Amino acid sequence: MSIQRGFDLTPAIRVSGLGKRYRIAPHQPYLALRDRLEAALRVPARLWKNERSGVSEKRGEIWALREVAFQVQRGEVIGVIGRNGAGKTTLLKILSRVTEPSAGSAEIWGAVRSLLEVGTGFHPELTGRENIFLNGAILGMKRREIQRKFDEIVAFAEVPEFLDTPLKHYSSGMQTRLAFAVAAHLEPEILLVDEVLAVGDLAFQKKCLGKMDEVAHAGRTIFFVSHQMNQVRRLCSRVLWIDSGKLVMDGAVAEVVSAYESAMSRGESEEPRRARGSEGETRFMKWYFADAREDEHPNRLESLGEVTVRFELRLASAVRRGHHGIALFTANRELVWARALDGLRLPPGLHTVSYAFPCLPLRPGPYFWQVSLWEEGELLDSWDCLPEMIVATPNLQHARDDWNGVLNLPCEAAVTEGEGVEVA
Amino acid sequence: MATAMPTELVAPEPVRIGPSHGALHIRLNELWTYRELLYFFVWRDIKVRYKQTIIGLAWAVLQPFLTMLVFSLFFGRLAKLPTDGLPYPIFYYCALVPWGYFATSLQNATNIMVEQQRLITKIYFPRVVLPISAVLSGLVDFGAAFGVLIGLMAYYRIVPGRATLLLPGFLLLAMVTALGCGLWLSALNAIYRDVRYVVPFLIQFWMFASPVAYSTVLVPQRWRWIYGVNPMAGVIEGFRWALTGQGLAPGPLTAASAGAVMLVLLSGLSYFRRMEGRIADVV
Repeated sequence: MSIQRGFDLTPAIRVSGLGKRYRIAPHQPYLALRDRLEAALRVPARLWKNERSGVSEKRGEIWALREVAFQVQRGEVIGVIGRNGAGKTTLLKILSRVTEPSAGSAEIWGAVRSLLEVGTGFHPELTGRENIFLNGAILGMKRREIQRKFDEIVAFAEVPEFLDTPLKHYSSGMQTRLAFAVAAHLEPEILLVDEVLAVGDLAFQKKCLGKMDEVAHAGRTIFFVSHQMNQVRRLCSRVLWIDSGKLVMDGAVAEVVSAYESAMSRGESEEPRRARGSEGETRFMKWYFADAREDEHPNRLESLGEVTVRFELRLASAVRRGHHGIALFTANRELVWARALDGLRLPPGLHTVSYAFPCLPLRPGPYFWQVSLWEEGELLDSWDCLPEMIVATPNLQHARDDWNGVLNLPCEAAVTEGEGVEVA
Repeated sequence: MATAMPTELVAPEPVRIGPSHGALHIRLNELWTYRELLYFFVWRDIKVRYKQTIIGLAWAVLQPFLTMLVFSLFFGRLAKLPTDGLPYPIFYYCALVPWGYFATSLQNATNIMVEQQRLITKIYFPRVVLPISAVLSGLVDFGAAFGVLIGLMAYYRIVPGRATLLLPGFLLLAMVTALGCGLWLSALNAIYRDVRYVVPFLIQFWMFASPVAYSTVLVPQRWRWIYGVNPMAGVIEGFRWALTGQGLAPGPLTAASAGAVMLVLLSGLSYFRRMEGRIADVV
């Protein structure tokens, strides 16, 4: 579906200096009035103030969000990614007005509906029909609106026979479907969604994604937290990466998602980069794409066409029977491809090893080249190449992350009537 | 499928989100916007109560009735406390019906924020809707107990006079009292979890401080207006007087009650609004 998406120049959300601080009293699971009263007897003024100081001595404080600032135009679909506990849900909660920021401010133009959870407010004693109305009202729909969409909601949830049974008799799958059916029929100007799309069986998942697509293409502003990079790539035009409460990156989908994926695979501690270039040693110096232009990122692959990868090798001494190995690994260190060249005779000096591929149909994400050079059983050099290669081609595979393999093969698919037809 | 987007050329006023500094404005217009949600909360409470058991509704009637029996026996027949010339059951039951409504609403309002924790942490709506819904849904139980009261009055052949027209006013007074106190307690309980354990004791104590088990006649004339600072005193006396014509006619006591209740309501609203921001974080 290619619908023209012209972004309005009007902002939909503008956030500046947003921060959220939580005070943790490590030894107190909850506050008791009696403690407060005791403290109050000591310092009467504190009782009225909206403060919790003076109740316990040591007080930990964490900033769940700090100095977050960005602007979202009307009609944009923004993905928010980051590790668990990074502050994404806190951001959504602040924008939904569920919780108040401790610092900074946000301005929102338009009605906001948030989906921080599906099935909020469902009561097991009420029937499906009653719960649809209740949940719809809680999500912000007017009664008339719910009535108007009632049949659609029921059809989407696929539970027409069970409408008048209490919800407690529904299976958990049915409950989720019902919850999502109501949520999917929200028509807000701004929609905030928190990781709720990964529910249900495959068929239902497809429907939900389809509906999300519909909503996205209808020109609404969507703010969308997800751990499924594929969904993010598919639906979003822009991505915010939040880590430890800070906005680490704000930019185009491919860039931010790839940077995020490489960071995740690299893990916490970065290996100390080996100094490459000490004299008198045989070393692989660097790698690059053969026809990369000046302004392009040197490690980004954006084309599914021909590509040539080059490695610079500096030989300190001649090689008579060299064995060169090359391997390509995914972010999870799975081997994708490897090859070896034997019987190399090379003089000392700079050399270029070139690999020309008609195409590199790889699933988008970070990949690591590894090259090595051996001489008669002795390892001369082995290099886990940095920077990683970022494949930023369009993803031609399945919509769901878990049904995406390493090969991002372009192919023509057709279904025709009759038997024995060759598919070109 | 393209949906027509609003075509204002000038951006409308945005909603500003920022740290509140204990703002006191009550935002009644926002409450009006969320009136349907209030309706749904009350509807849900009532439906669930009906669905769960018949006993649920019967208890609403049984509790004041049984208490009335105990009072009639011990305070009335045995202790012979004055009852404004009314038969013991009528005297006590007239008070126990509004009292029961107040006590139930208070307990429900105290607990509602913590019970609805999931809702509060996921959806935005003016939080004050919750204690209001607790106060409103108590009216169903009140209605049932009131029905029994009518039956009782018929049995004792007590005919209500013109004063009964003022009954809705006293009911309103009861509701406002429940709301004012409910706001305080629900905010307090959301933040300090041990408050709900105090409430049963508070209600017990309060009942004896109100003219439920005895008549205001016991209180000397010149102290009656101070006694009236307990808003339930005004409510109970008013109920009795409106229904039976006996007891204290509205006067300084009622005025004191009404004044006290406005104070409780306004301070309750203010405290609640002040704490609202924190509630989602701690509930």
